[in-house]
Amino acid sequence: MSTATISPAALEMPRDTYLNASYGVKSWFLTKDHKRIAIMYLVSITSFFLYGGLMAIMMRLELLTPQPDLFQSDVYNKLFSMHGITMVFFFLVPSIPAVLGNFVLPMMIGARDLAFPKVNLASWYIFMIGACFTFSAYISGGVDTGWTFYTPLSTGYLNTHVVAAALGVMIAGFASIFTGLNFIVTTHRMRAPGMTWFRLPLFVWSMYAVSVVQVLATPVLAITLILVAVERAFHIGIFNPALGGDPVLFQHMFWFYSHPAVYIMILPGFGVISEIIPCFSRKRIFGYSAVAFSSMAIGVFGFLVWAHHMFVAGISTYSALVFSLLTFIIAIPSAIKVFNWTATMYKGSIHFDTPMLYALGFIGLFTIGGLTGLFLAAIGVDMHVTATYFVVAHFHYVMVGGMLLAYLAGLHFWWPKITGKMYPEAAAKLAALITFIGFNLTFFPQFVLGYMGMPRRYHSYPPEYQVLNVLSSAGASVLAVGLLMPMFYMLWSLKYGEVAGKNPYRATGLEWTTDSPPPAHNFHETPVVTQEAYDYESLLQEEVEVG
Amino acid sequence: MAPRVDALFYFILGVTIFFTTLVFLLILVFSIRYRKERHPVPVQIHGSIPLEIFWTIVPLGIAMIIFAWGGILFFQEMHPPKTSMDIYGVGKQWMWKFQHPGGQREIDNLHVPVGRPVRMTLISQDVIHDFFVPAFRAQYDVLPGRYTTVWFEATKPGVYHLFCNQYCGTNHSAMVGEVYAMSPDDYEAWLRGSGAFGSLATLGQNVFASMGCPTCHTGADNARAPNLYNLYNTTVRTSENQTVTADASYIRESILNPSAKIVYGYQNIMPTFQGQLNEDEMIELIEYIKSLTYNGQLLQLQTNTQQEPPVNLNKIQQGIDVMKPGTNTIVMPRTSAVPVTENAQEPSSKEPAPRQVVTPSNGSAAAPAKPSTTSKPKAPQGEQQQ
Repeated sequence: MSTATISPAALEMPRDTYLNASYGVKSWFLTKDHKRIAIMYLVSITSFFLYGGLMAIMMRLELLTPQPDLFQSDVYNKLFSMHGITMVFFFLVPSIPAVLGNFVLPMMIGARDLAFPKVNLASWYIFMIGACFTFSAYISGGVDTGWTFYTPLSTGYLNTHVVAAALGVMIAGFASIFTGLNFIVTTHRMRAPGMTWFRLPLFVWSMYAVSVVQVLATPVLAITLILVAVERAFHIGIFNPALGGDPVLFQHMFWFYSHPAVYIMILPGFGVISEIIPCFSRKRIFGYSAVAFSSMAIGVFGFLVWAHHMFVAGISTYSALVFSLLTFIIAIPSAIKVFNWTATMYKGSIHFDTPMLYALGFIGLFTIGGLTGLFLAAIGVDMHVTATYFVVAHFHYVMVGGMLLAYLAGLHFWWPKITGKMYPEAAAKLAALITFIGFNLTFFPQFVLGYMGMPRRYHSYPPEYQVLNVLSSAGASVLAVGLLMPMFYMLWSLKYGEVAGKNPYRATGLEWTTDSPPPAHNFHETPVVTQEAYDYESLLQEEVEVG
Repeated sequence: MAPRVDALFYFILGVTIFFTTLVFLLILVFSIRYRKERHPVPVQIHGSIPLEIFWTIVPLGIAMIIFAWGGILFFQEMHPPKTSMDIYGVGKQWMWKFQHPGGQREIDNLHVPVGRPVRMTLISQDVIHDFFVPAFRAQYDVLPGRYTTVWFEATKPGVYHLFCNQYCGTNHSAMVGEVYAMSPDDYEAWLRGSGAFGSLATLGQNVFASMGCPTCHTGADNARAPNLYNLYNTTVRTSENQTVTADASYIRESILNPSAKIVYGYQNIMPTFQGQLNEDEMIELIEYIKSLTYNGQLLQLQTNTQQEPPVNLNKIQQGIDVMKPGTNTIVMPRTSAVPVTENAQEPSSKEPAPRQVVTPSNGSAAAPAKPSTTSKPKAPQGEQQQ
């Protein structure tokens, strides 16, 4: 507990917190407190994550051997479909914005709540209604469309409950729109006195970029999925050529959302990392405006690269070239971020607490994930590796190695703020290490598999791919241990954890100036901001003066 | 193609390893040198504009190199060499069906000669599939309702995996096959021994006749429908004054949706054949149209058939006569396994000379043209109003 050494004995839990402001089921299900809504999101998406993870484990079990043995091919198809749909739409998209963003964003800008607390509560209900639809499809036999719902397969050739699953995803999309709207308005209108745009923590900048993307892109997903449902239910030809439609049109519409969606998933992670690296290096972030503007650049360019998922799908040669070029350009802001985070550590005073370990893991894995995107952006090479396990590995390096680690980093970082208790540091460090090792063991072999030509979504495969698949499955079991551990020690910490105090990491940022857990209205008095974000210089000076 | 794809792959791999190592090393070095025990007082640095510019420009430059290289490679991948041979593939849940121009058909297996570029023309009967031969670094989606092409050249005899690489339903992972790359001699022997009933062009000729196509596509310049001789792979001017290459996709579209692109100077009178042809028949028709070529001399004469042709009248008439494509054998030397000429004569004997059919005086001549199939194609009379 390196950081809690300042005055460990003197800490007490604050008397009035958002957790004990009121009691009872109603006080949670009808709450308008952004912090409680964040907790409700946390519980929901954690259970969805467990479900999606279970699907993944079953897939990896099946893939231990080349022959189909554990499951029939239909069951396997359902496993990867439900894994993808659950993880993407019901875990990754809402994870950081709806849990961490909901909890800390208003506090970071010195607001008492989000601009529209009721809309915020409504978003959770909409999310859960969407989840009910999709999970009802799971329970009543499963869905085997793949998370991409490609037509005409999904509209004309499957007998599962595609419409229910698609509508669920569409409905959950509105929760995402509501959250985005709320964040945009809150950031514009609710900042504390003195909190100028360039004093905003970078987490707020990235949440702002994400919100804009969410609000603009998600409606397209809704339209697309409605069209899928219409074609499926009423046989109106939109995507199926047999009915006069165009299957590639679906892919354009789907990726017009789903490419920005990968930025919806990863940008919040960038924000979390931009908070954690300065805090544990005890110095301000290197190149604040470069990091802030690269978030916005990613938000804008993210809309212009969707067809790079379709290089072999029958788009014209010249449009493929344009999309390839834009894809290379959007790689640059991400590179800028990685360099700035690394440079932030230069001449810092680095503390290796758990959030920092996760953050360092993030930088490493995201770098690999980002760079392997170059293979896929280079169309000549993409023709070979697209839709193979290379893509699976690339995607998971960005989404699990990147996004999930950032989420865990942020969850550990703000856990003392959320609960008022410290997680057990040793167990948490061990979990971070196990996750890192397990992750690489799971997904690195998949790059090689992809280059060797193993297609994704294969239930059985030629025997020459077995060794790498066994490695990957072994890694998955290690990864599962690493990811399950936090669930246990964090629950444990609720009762037995050390009291954290206002600011256990001695971090800058308004959220650390209030109690942990915060009072129902966040601040006892409205804070006034006089400093830039990440002003660790003044913070360290104060500490020296105080004692 | 494989060595060229791999060259770029390894170049990007080098870039990846370099930057990954750089970032990992920096993190490691900083973690050791600036850990709090050794470096308790941090130095506050705001940033550095020159550095930001440096690490924007350098990655951008490298990205542009990869982009250009990848783009050039892509163009090579998308444009098969002129010397390519054609093989047709139809994907359906959950099998591959391949057809060689000589009429050889195979399921889930594909035999190709080494040392010769092969262009696959692919279409799906149901959902989207994807033709993927990892060893050849060749992959492209197989779409319903539309042709896509992909080409490769096998260099070493052997057996290679063929995968469907676009999730297509229950037995997606069983939609696999083998590609047998054979020496040209072995391939020739295989073609001969695999019992084809007739070349695709010959079969296509039958389809052409049975659908009543010769009624309008007589080959004469004053016919109601464009001449199909020497059409394949040429540039066609449409009535909207655009140009389009008469490739397999164009021919397919013109058969199924004739009004989409009308040849300049012709009326929109052709009925659609949507639902009347299966994908196999379509491929046969395309191969047939592809086989309709004159040699250079005859082509020249054809351009001024309005005047009295000075020489070789017999040959020209034979050439113009769609029902007697005596030139078939010229364009398909590799299909020697199948005696095209024998079959070619057979259906023609039943047909009246198309020259007589296409008189300007309405379609009344259509009725005697092919009594056996009058019910199938829509009568051209009705369409003429458009």
